[in-house]
Amino acid sequence: MTPIALAALAALVPDGALLALPPDNSLSPCEFARALVRRGARGLTLLGVPVSGYATDLLIGAGCVASVQTSAVTLGEAGLAPRFSAAVARGAVAVTDATCPAIHTALQAAEKGVPFMPLRGVLGSDLLAHRADWKVIDNPFAGGGDPILLVGALSPDVAAFHAVCADAHGNVYVGRRRELATIAHASRRVLVTVERLVDGNLLNDERLAPGTINGVYVEAVAIAPRGAWPVGLLDEYAYDAAHVAEYARLARSEDGFHQYLERYVLHGGAEAAA
Amino acid sequence: MTAIAPEERLIAAIAALILDPSTPAARHVAVGASSPIPAAACWLVKKSGHEVRLSLLDRPRGNPFTEGARELFDLAGQGRIDLFFLGGGQIDGQANLNLVGTGAWPGAGVRFPGSFGSAFMYFAVPRTILFREEHSRRVLVERVDIVSAPGVSPPGVWRRGTAQALVTGKCVFRFDARRARFALASVHPGETEKSVRMATGFDFDGEAGAPVTPDPDAAALALMRGPVCDEMIETYPGFCRRVWGRAASAERAS
Repeated sequence: MTPIALAALAALVPDGALLALPPDNSLSPCEFARALVRRGARGLTLLGVPVSGYATDLLIGAGCVASVQTSAVTLGEAGLAPRFSAAVARGAVAVTDATCPAIHTALQAAEKGVPFMPLRGVLGSDLLAHRADWKVIDNPFAGGGDPILLVGALSPDVAAFHAVCADAHGNVYVGRRRELATIAHASRRVLVTVERLVDGNLLNDERLAPGTINGVYVEAVAIAPRGAWPVGLLDEYAYDAAHVAEYARLARSEDGFHQYLERYVLHGGAEAAA
Repeated sequence: MTAIAPEERLIAAIAALILDPSTPAARHVAVGASSPIPAAACWLVKKSGHEVRLSLLDRPRGNPFTEGARELFDLAGQGRIDLFFLGGGQIDGQANLNLVGTGAWPGAGVRFPGSFGSAFMYFAVPRTILFREEHSRRVLVERVDIVSAPGVSPPGVWRRGTAQALVTGKCVFRFDARRARFALASVHPGETEKSVRMATGFDFDGEAGAPVTPDPDAAALALMRGPVCDEMIETYPGFCRRVWGRAASAERAS
């Protein structure tokens, strides 16, 4: 698999797609999100697996997003996600609220190719009343009187994440963040940015293979050095708390958010796309 | 020794609840996202020499999960986590939690971040310590506008446990699940049963003369300001700087 340019990778996401994204602590593809802003993506539905952070708030602020399905949107220590909050208040973005394990369960059902999976808990939560794709049945394996939630399978149109490296076979290394494999298995298409390419085959190395996602799931790869920034990437680089705090401060207002785009997003990407 | 910070009192109060001998032992404690004070309380328990396994979801290095948050929820589903922490934008007198928002669904008033794993963890984990630093009538309400996770469930609904206690910036409440009601356990220095009642939107058991939440002793303070902070600095640099005046080490080279 030959890597393509970052802008070309962003062009593979059709407007209106259901796009699955990992949270800020799990290989979030932030440079890819900035490339989606530059390409002017529209009408996306973002799926937070299982929660959403910087990339989602950025895409919402830039007008790329019609709806969000997630269990929470947060900037961690930097506080609430300002563009998400503003868009919800204006009614500009529809929110489908979930709870974290329900999103994992929906993807696990999809990766197994079954129409639904059960999940404990949730009964009595108001979330249930707003989810037509969640149903409660009586556990058929008990003697009766054991209500349990069923969560419908969910196959995102596209999943994107930022891995450490890729090899020529399209295998990508995610380290201990193996929950990304579930996202990759469940999604119809998987687009990956990486720090760098490596020689050989990751799956031939017994120590790297468990943290590797097989290239059979991966449609395309682009190289994006520091592509998770401002969030961290495994032991490669740390979370840039000062930058996320700056984002949170600027993004409190529409004007400030546009300053942020000017400074960090709209004119970037040349190095990564080269 | 410098004055005890309010956060240090809360950390010590939560540590005492983790070790409460009247509750089933917490051999494995997990901490979710954005929870510096509960995480510090867990580290204080561990650094005090108690045998406890800690699984901190947000730990950037040496993260205990090899399948991320998904594994956290699977562990809880299997009954392998004894104690967890939850908060809420609103918490009511029946220990219902609202992390969605105020007003009509889905938070037409103030939108909160969202429910996270609360709608599952509250059921799956035997003991939950609720924590919310802000103690006001807008947070502690008679009835939450939206239920992310219910405090109690009717008979027949699978559930391993519920709230053990609620710790706020003013006091510690114990929760009685059978009566679905909080009782005042202790007030922090400077507070009284009356001042707590003035700031609380729900009714609770408790009379004048509630005990005062004990100060952390010198050994606990030394642990918090030393080895506990050392463990926290990478995950919560802002918190460590604010509470303990400790700057994070330079970003690791890429």
